[in-house]
Amino acid sequence: MADTTDTAHFNRARNAAESPVKRFFRATEIDTRLLGMVGAMLIIWIGFDFLSNGLFLTPRNLWNLSVQTASIAVMATGMVLVIVTRNIDLSVGSILGFVGMIMGVLQAELLPQLLGFNHPATWIITLLAGLALGAAIGALHGMIIAFLNVPSFIVTLGGLLVWRGATWFVTSGRTVAPMDATFRLMGGGTEGSIGATASWIVGLIACLAIVVSILNARKQRKRFGFPRRPVWAEYLLSAVGCLLVLGAVTIANSYPWPTNIARRYAEANGIAWPEGGLFIAHGIAIPVLIAIVIGIVMTFISTRLRFGRYVFAIGGNPEAAELAGIKTRWVTVRIFALMGMLCAVAAAISTARLNAATNAQGELDELYTIAAAVIGGTSLAGGMGTIAGAMLGALVMQSLQSGMVLLGIDSPLQRIVVGVVLVTAVWLDTVYRARAK
Amino acid sequence: MTEQRTPLVEMKNISISFGGIHAVDNASVDLYPGEVVALLGHNGAGKSTLIKILSGAYRRDAGEILINGEPAEINNPRDAKKYGIETIYQTLAVADNVDAAANLYLGRELRTPWGTLDDVAMEAKAREVMGRLNPNFQRFKEPVKALSGGQRQSVAIARAILFNARILIMDEPTAALGPQETAQVGELIKQLKREGIGIFLISHDIHDVFDLADRVSVMKNGQVVGHARTEDVTKDEVLGMIIMGKVPPKAIPGPGAMQMA
Ligand SMILES: Nc1ncnc2c1ncn2[C@@H]1O[C@H](COP(=O)(O)OP(=O)(O)O)[C@@H](O)[C@H]1O
Ligand SMILES: [Mg+2]
Repeated sequence: MADTTDTAHFNRARNAAESPVKRFFRATEIDTRLLGMVGAMLIIWIGFDFLSNGLFLTPRNLWNLSVQTASIAVMATGMVLVIVTRNIDLSVGSILGFVGMIMGVLQAELLPQLLGFNHPATWIITLLAGLALGAAIGALHGMIIAFLNVPSFIVTLGGLLVWRGATWFVTSGRTVAPMDATFRLMGGGTEGSIGATASWIVGLIACLAIVVSILNARKQRKRFGFPRRPVWAEYLLSAVGCLLVLGAVTIANSYPWPTNIARRYAEANGIAWPEGGLFIAHGIAIPVLIAIVIGIVMTFISTRLRFGRYVFAIGGNPEAAELAGIKTRWVTVRIFALMGMLCAVAAAISTARLNAATNAQGELDELYTIAAAVIGGTSLAGGMGTIAGAMLGALVMQSLQSGMVLLGIDSPLQRIVVGVVLVTAVWLDTVYRARAK
Repeated sequence: MTEQRTPLVEMKNISISFGGIHAVDNASVDLYPGEVVALLGHNGAGKSTLIKILSGAYRRDAGEILINGEPAEINNPRDAKKYGIETIYQTLAVADNVDAAANLYLGRELRTPWGTLDDVAMEAKAREVMGRLNPNFQRFKEPVKALSGGQRQSVAIARAILFNARILIMDEPTAALGPQETAQVGELIKQLKREGIGIFLISHDIHDVFDLADRVSVMKNGQVVGHARTEDVTKDEVLGMIIMGKVPPKAIPGPGAMQMA
């Protein structure tokens, strides 16, 4: 007991010496780096809004932004694990293209012959086949890296060329369209959004999950008598989390269906067309929902499962991980297989959104994915990175691009800006980390 | 007297080379339960390499390992751990970017009934073990990278004793420690010895060795110069073995002993 009071004294003494700001961050355990990124993103948003005379921060633009971010965000979650283990995957864009093309052919040409047109199982068979293919390609890369000791940079550089070439061979370069009606929902759009009511339900479930997880963590620490966050910090975190969720839902629910689609819908359902037009909210887009679910699952994998622990341990010190008895090669294979599967999810989202599978689908996506992960705080030296950071990184990248499109900036200049931002962001991060030591 | 019992570990005629270098050349050492055997020799003598063969980090080119008199298949660190062999490496080999509890359980994580990591249970056990080794240790939430050399060392030691080792290998465990912490490690070694654990201790401190070890095995250029019981030899004689490979009368010469003309 003397022991605990000593520690308490010590903590109080230390806390007293701290500035209120430091004390606040220690109490809430907020990741200041992540907070910095959110701040940077808000500056970008407000800047674009100002420059575009209020066109950026509209429900419509923010909703579109969320949909456009989804596919890169999904792949960025996997890229975090790849980079954390000091590897790189340059092939994700090409895997996306190849898997997308196979899924396109499957649902538009092969399955209709077998099952008939618009069969309800088409989308799921297509998606499962795509996931399996993506995992197989990733596992192949992983095995060459882990067991044949070819550097991942080279293996996936080869993959970038091979799978892009293979995409062409599937249809001799022909674009495949249209996609299956149900499959297309994964791309978002008016149909591919869940509407106002469902969005509110999702939002409320998310709030509930936030509160339950905070309570649960607290209970666990109490059980073992570990230090806990102050109660006000717990309240604050719950409140901020719930407000963010509900705010996002509000925005998604403020973006109405376009008039012509709403009118068609009204006619089809025998609803009288009201004076001021019919307001039907989009709600959360399905691809965004997919990306969020993937983000949660990947966070769970990387922080709550043994596999995730091994990924970070290998990244920090591969030799120590090996000596601790971890089968590091198999972990590598699994990471790349997972990356391949995420490419398949991204392929589903982007082919569904385009309503076609093309030869050039996913070109340059590897660069945006890597940039998102790195801007999101994944260290190329290995061992560090978060899923949430990478997804936020993807959002920052997409915000820049959408903002520049909105301002009518030409695409060559867009690339220059994105390149400069990438380098600057990593430089700032280096400075931040050096100071945090 | 010990010769009546079966040795806990017998490494017989072990050889390994890297490229053209015979890092370990036909070396034999053994260890009995409750015994501390010190491995001595200059830097580059092959001590670390020899014990890394026992811990599964390297695969031997030739030779045999017996555990409790039976041939043991040790091809990787997991195999070694199955035989109750735990190792504190000279390089520490801790995962820098995860916290102390994660390091203690690395490769052998505790899990909840749902298969997720039971971090609180691991932290609880870590606090208990670390509390015994290093009562001042408080930084359980920080990556090991942020810790001092001594603290990292206690993490490495805690990890080795956490899983009821029967054979403990300590490769220069006090190299990064101050006098007080070194004394603590000495106490720990004596306690583990009383519990019947066999310990291979690699150390450069000849006083420590005479204080803790029952026997010494001296290596030079990858070969064993000789073995001796600490009570049969003086510090100067042991230094003579290390430096010149000269084997005193009461020691048992090995293949690396200086050839008397
Ligand atoms: N992985 C390795 N690759 C190449 N040479 C090695 C390796 N490990 C050890 N050696 C060589 O083996 C010899 C013995 O080294 P080591 O066992 O570390 O000596 P000690 O621990 O006695 O100081 C040295 O010459 C060293 O350079
Ligand atoms: Mg050594």
